[in-house]
Amino acid sequence: MFREQAGLDEESLTLDVTTAAEVFTATQARHGSSEPTGHCKVAINDVMADWDSPVNDGDTVLLFPPVAGG
Amino acid sequence: MIEITTSAIDPDGLRDKLFDPAAGAYCAFEGWIRNENDGQSVLRLEYEAYEPLAHSEGEIILAEAKQRFPHLHAHCVHRTGMLEIGDCAVWVGVSAPHRDEAFQACRYIIDQLKVRLPIWKKEHYADGHSGWVNCERCAAHAEAS
Repeated sequence: MFREQAGLDEESLTLDVTTAAEVFTATQARHGSSEPTGHCKVAINDVMADWDSPVNDGDTVLLFPPVAGG
Repeated sequence: MIEITTSAIDPDGLRDKLFDPAAGAYCAFEGWIRNENDGQSVLRLEYEAYEPLAHSEGEIILAEAKQRFPHLHAHCVHRTGMLEIGDCAVWVGVSAPHRDEAFQACRYIIDQLKVRLPIWKKEHYADGHSGWVNCERCAAHAEAS
């Protein structure tokens, strides 16, 4: 869903942020998405994380729309 | 163990993995593709997973179940790709000494898988359009467990 909204699989960004939540907000602003964090999830360097988890230079941050397996 | 696969699920073969002479109960859940959702006629479903995390998070869920229910064996398989009506999309199987913990463990695992695994599904409708599914009802079940 996010991929389709953004029109790309991944992107490299230089952001002035300290938490995963700020990455989400900055990414939404870039792509005009309005999905609330609610059931969205975040992973940093392939490990599930919290929205207040810190992000550092070189981290890979994965932003997941609400999941729906099964 | 959790498997993410594009191949058809074989429940009989999977059941044998859970055999234990100390187990008096076996319980399995199969999630099937159905032809309707929220009043819309569904033709097929397309599943997509972020596999590195689906594996690691799936193993964490199975470990949680084994911690809650001692002497439990548990296995799970989730399909990805395009699935047709009636296909098995997810299979969860457990064996345990007694039926009560087998039922409870199976329920715990499927509820957690649905809200925690990075897997998404896109419904393809009879009228030609398609949409990603947001499973909020699943979240309510999992939060209660």
